[in-house]
Amino acid sequence: MSEVIVELKHVNKMYGQTVVLKDINIEIEQGKFYTLLGPSGSGKTTILRAIAGFLDVTEGDVLFEGKRINDVPANERKVNTVFQDYALFPHMNVFDNVAYGLRIRKVKKDDIKNRVEAALKMVRLTGYDSREISELSGGQQQRVAIARAIVLEPQVLLLDEPLSALDAKLRKDMQYELRELQQRLGITFLFVTHDQEEALALSDEIFVMNDGKVQQSGTPVDIYDEPINHFVADFIGESNIIAGHMIGDYRVEFNGKEFDSVDAGMKPNEPVEVVLRPEDLDITPVGEGKVTVEVDTQLFRGDYYEIVAYDRLGNEWLVHSTNPAKDGETVDLTFDAEDIHVMRLNESEEDFDARLESYEGDE
Amino acid sequence: MKKSTNAAYYIPYGFWLIFFVIAPVVLIIYQSFFDINGHFTLSNYQTYFSSGTYILMTVNSVWYAFVITFFTLLVSYPTAYFLHYTKHKQLWLLLIILPTWINLLLKAYAFIGIFSQDGGINSFLGLFGIPAQQILFTDFSFIFVAAYIEIPFMILPIFNSVEELNEGLVNASRDLGASSWQTFRQVIVPMTMSGVKAGVQAVFIPSLSLFMITRLIGGNRVITLGTAIEEHFLTTMNWGMGSTIGVVLIVAMFIIMFLTGERNHHRKEARHEN
Repeated sequence: MSEVIVELKHVNKMYGQTVVLKDINIEIEQGKFYTLLGPSGSGKTTILRAIAGFLDVTEGDVLFEGKRINDVPANERKVNTVFQDYALFPHMNVFDNVAYGLRIRKVKKDDIKNRVEAALKMVRLTGYDSREISELSGGQQQRVAIARAIVLEPQVLLLDEPLSALDAKLRKDMQYELRELQQRLGITFLFVTHDQEEALALSDEIFVMNDGKVQQSGTPVDIYDEPINHFVADFIGESNIIAGHMIGDYRVEFNGKEFDSVDAGMKPNEPVEVVLRPEDLDITPVGEGKVTVEVDTQLFRGDYYEIVAYDRLGNEWLVHSTNPAKDGETVDLTFDAEDIHVMRLNESEEDFDARLESYEGDE
Repeated sequence: MKKSTNAAYYIPYGFWLIFFVIAPVVLIIYQSFFDINGHFTLSNYQTYFSSGTYILMTVNSVWYAFVITFFTLLVSYPTAYFLHYTKHKQLWLLLIILPTWINLLLKAYAFIGIFSQDGGINSFLGLFGIPAQQILFTDFSFIFVAAYIEIPFMILPIFNSVEELNEGLVNASRDLGASSWQTFRQVIVPMTMSGVKAGVQAVFIPSLSLFMITRLIGGNRVITLGTAIEEHFLTTMNWGMGSTIGVVLIVAMFIIMFLTGERNHHRKEARHEN
């Protein structure tokens, strides 16, 4: 099952002096939902375009089913793309848009009709065949774009921020539909987004990108719970990042106090950063917790309260709580040893994985 | 109050429209109902549509205008298309527009110099011992010069439509498996058709009534409706007949505008057949 279908090996891309991709190594396996997640300008769309064949990489190999496809033109690659702006042909109606690729492939007329109908049914647009593109809403155009790509039954579907133009509600709906579609078709999806919630919700595996590099790859849970560095911790979800020191294995010092932790394999006294997720912090009366803070402001977010508080050293603490707090109130925050995630400075992904393995194996 | 000040902005153009567009057209239509002696008559139209000379002249005009438009398009489309992908397109565009700033008459005389018996081309051919050719006063020279003059007016609208074309659509077509030629035919050409239509309007209609070039370059061997109008107004002084031909030209213009105009409903129906 876990057959590698697309692979990028030591891929670099430069525009003049500007480096947009730095030594990218990615393996995409058959049938999974992958996400390239990163802020704009991180190089995620560039990777997609390199796989689709819209740009040449400066160095390195792009492999499809083990064969180098750097020099294969876009129209001969067995991948299809759903574009950010959909790129539907405005001079054709829905049916002709979806049938475009099939007509190019000289598929028989009856087959075209059946396959287009099936694809439209899959994206729940049955009966929209003769609509003009300009008559469709954003969400419907989005579905036509997906139908146009999946009708060709590609092995890999590339999706370039396909939901970014939709409003919040529709976006949520489409997330479910995309995930369902991917599981039903068993096609490999490579999805590009800057929305971390979307990435966490949809993906089997996420590549977090910044600055032309893959910062960390792994399942959503891995990346959320064990961010490798400051960037990932900050970009994925909300987090409190505090500078500290590793005292020894399973002991960490920050905020002037020592705490038990579950991290090990670092040098004694090594400077580290500590991540505490806001939802892992609990509010208790003064004297019962681990850090004393004063509540500054709070926002009601619907399903939780987002509370901003400051400790005596002036560090900001972000807390997600189901119960409201009072502005100006002094409270304690408490957390468990497992909630403390320690990050080394400038640790590479390989070293990170190796270190985790070394002490997790001990237990 | 605001409405009236807004309306005031239209006054200068309103006067222009009335005095230089509507009034002349009305005058031409009015004139066309009078014969050479100033009597009201329909005979001008009768003559026009019954005389073989006029019919032939009309067919001739349409044919030459068609040929000129065809060759202009043949040169302009690829030019506009590749211009879009060149580095310094604004500079190239300027070079294309530049000749339109020079008076038509000057350009026509320049071509007389180039095409004449002892002109540039013949002296060049002479270097290879080829005897002087008759180039001036031929269909070739007429169409060549007319196309030369019209090309910028064709390139501009096509260039604009190519510029407006969303590059994403080209990528999408390639992504769906189309070769560059298939993409060109199925996406680029239909998407730039509005520019082509605008260009055809800008070239075909003026070409119908060309008269100076027919005389200077075509040597009066090519008689178009434009030439005929000039003859009637300046030589035979039959203003009525000249106006009648003018009316025919105006009607022809409207027909061309209608044929090349945007008609969404027709397009929709036509597509359903394939």
